Amino acid sequence: MEPLIITDHYEIDYRHSYAQDSPFFVGLTEGKLMGSRCTACGYTFATPRAHCMQCGAPTAWLELPLNGRVHTFTTCHYGGEAFLKETPFTLVLVEFDGANTLFLSRLKGISGDAVRVGLPVRAHFTKTPSMKVTDVWFEPA
Amino acid sequence: MKPVYMISGGITKFAKAHPDKDFRMMVKEAYDYALRDVPRFSKDMIAGAVGSYFSDHFTRQLKAASMVQDYLGLCPKPSKRVEGGGATGGLCFQSAWEAVASGRMNCCLAFGFETMSRVNTWKGNEFIALASDTNFDFPVGGFYSGYYAMMVQRHMYEFGTTVEQMAMVSVKNHANALSNPYAQKAKRLTVKQVRESPMVATPLTMEDICTMSDGAAACILASEDVAFKVCDRPVKISGVGSGSDAMRMADRPHGQVLLLPHERESDYTALKYPGVHSFRGGRMAAKLAYEMAGIRNPMEDLSFIELHDAYTSSEIQTYEDLGLCKYGDGGRFVESGTPFMPGVDYGLELPKQGRLPVNPSGGLLACGHPVGATGLMQAVFAFWQLQGTMGKHLGNDTLQVRDAKRGLIHSHAGTGTYITVSILEAV
Ligand SMILES: [Zn+2]
Repeated sequence: MEPLIITDHYEIDYRHSYAQDSPFFVGLTEGKLMGSRCTACGYTFATPRAHCMQCGAPTAWLELPLNGRVHTFTTCHYGGEAFLKETPFTLVLVEFDGANTLFLSRLKGISGDAVRVGLPVRAHFTKTPSMKVTDVWFEPA
Repeated sequence: MKPVYMISGGITKFAKAHPDKDFRMMVKEAYDYALRDVPRFSKDMIAGAVGSYFSDHFTRQLKAASMVQDYLGLCPKPSKRVEGGGATGGLCFQSAWEAVASGRMNCCLAFGFETMSRVNTWKGNEFIALASDTNFDFPVGGFYSGYYAMMVQRHMYEFGTTVEQMAMVSVKNHANALSNPYAQKAKRLTVKQVRESPMVATPLTMEDICTMSDGAAACILASEDVAFKVCDRPVKISGVGSGSDAMRMADRPHGQVLLLPHERESDYTALKYPGVHSFRGGRMAAKLAYEMAGIRNPMEDLSFIELHDAYTSSEIQTYEDLGLCKYGDGGRFVESGTPFMPGVDYGLELPKQGRLPVNPSGGLLACGHPVGATGLMQAVFAFWQLQGTMGKHLGNDTLQVRDAKRGLIHSHAGTGTYITVSILEAV
């Protein structure tokens, strides 16, 4: 017998708390890029975390510069289903003076072919926040 | 620790979809194959099992390993599920090893499966990307191919690795699979064809990336007593290691290289490590496995490798993590021909063809990647290589590595967050 195949729908809304990371997302609504710095060893995270990955001590919030450089990049011509309609889009990891780690974001305002490691970029913020990390993106500085 | 042996293994054909078999039936097929290969063994000798599958999203059945356990008739024996992204199969293999090495079990079954065909490819990509930070990474454009593309862009920037070198990995693994009837996507390709296939995430094309699959695999691990009683040619598992790294690539440090015994600090004076160009967890896994197995120089001490080539780029990066060449030399390593099979025509100039075959099976690129089964599939191929029985199981011995003494299997998850390395030896 041929196997019988049915379609089974599944959908859910999650209640999601940003918890200790909340100040970062509020910061985006104020045009600020918030990182964090270890209160013990000084290690500085461009993607914030409440405790240091090196030594475990608490970190303090820190406003990052809005200018950085492309550390690496790609242009996605396909994507997960949620993002397919946005293709092609360019992803970058951004490096900042004074930070030890990087920040993942979209790069807009430049063709994917023209992007290079080291390209100076600047953060831009949406005027209509959705309280997601995509409320910030980068463009060539 | 007690010595641990692999005494049998089985796999299903990896395919785009197996609508005629659910996950229980797929595992049963692989398990029955393994049982048939050791006629003096009986399933009563199995003391317990470890199940491996990656995603509850794909399976839509929580505790699916319990359903496999009862389907195989193994209740009420011990059972658990191991999950660690793409490395799920490798972690499962090592969990079964731990059960036997500790003396807790004389014989432990490791089984794994994945049923990825239940959603379309792009929904599947979305599910896989949920294995990245859902606050900071996923919403930006959650797509694993994009993450690996960024990693190799940095590798290219640091070391001058080329897209043609990456394409050679694709040519090699797809051509190897032409002699592997279990593989999903065997084909003859040229470097040009790899580059001209549709661009997915620059610089990775469709032919640089593995596909989603349905499939299952099973391995039977046993103590020395059981192994030599029931199996004519058991294979010893002489080393296991594993490592990890930060979930967010953005958080990876830029520090010192973790050195292997045959390397010196002066090899890497200017290199910031691992950054996003290398997999620190893979280096850690290799270091621990080499120490346990007594491997001083992997190029001299290994006969073949089955590694996690979800991307052509990650195969090149992994050559370096495993210490087959120095960091930065991975592109030249593939160009030299070293990781190709001897005696197979790839349509390429390969001065050192076949010195240390990597992914003789065709790897994930050509066999497919049913996540929970993949790491165990590698163990089964390595087991057959070391027994010298590739011809018997594949129906031809093109892919049999001559005089194989010692093999390495490498299983890898989410941009390098979990990685396992296990060493298997002929006895
Ligand atoms: Zn610290």
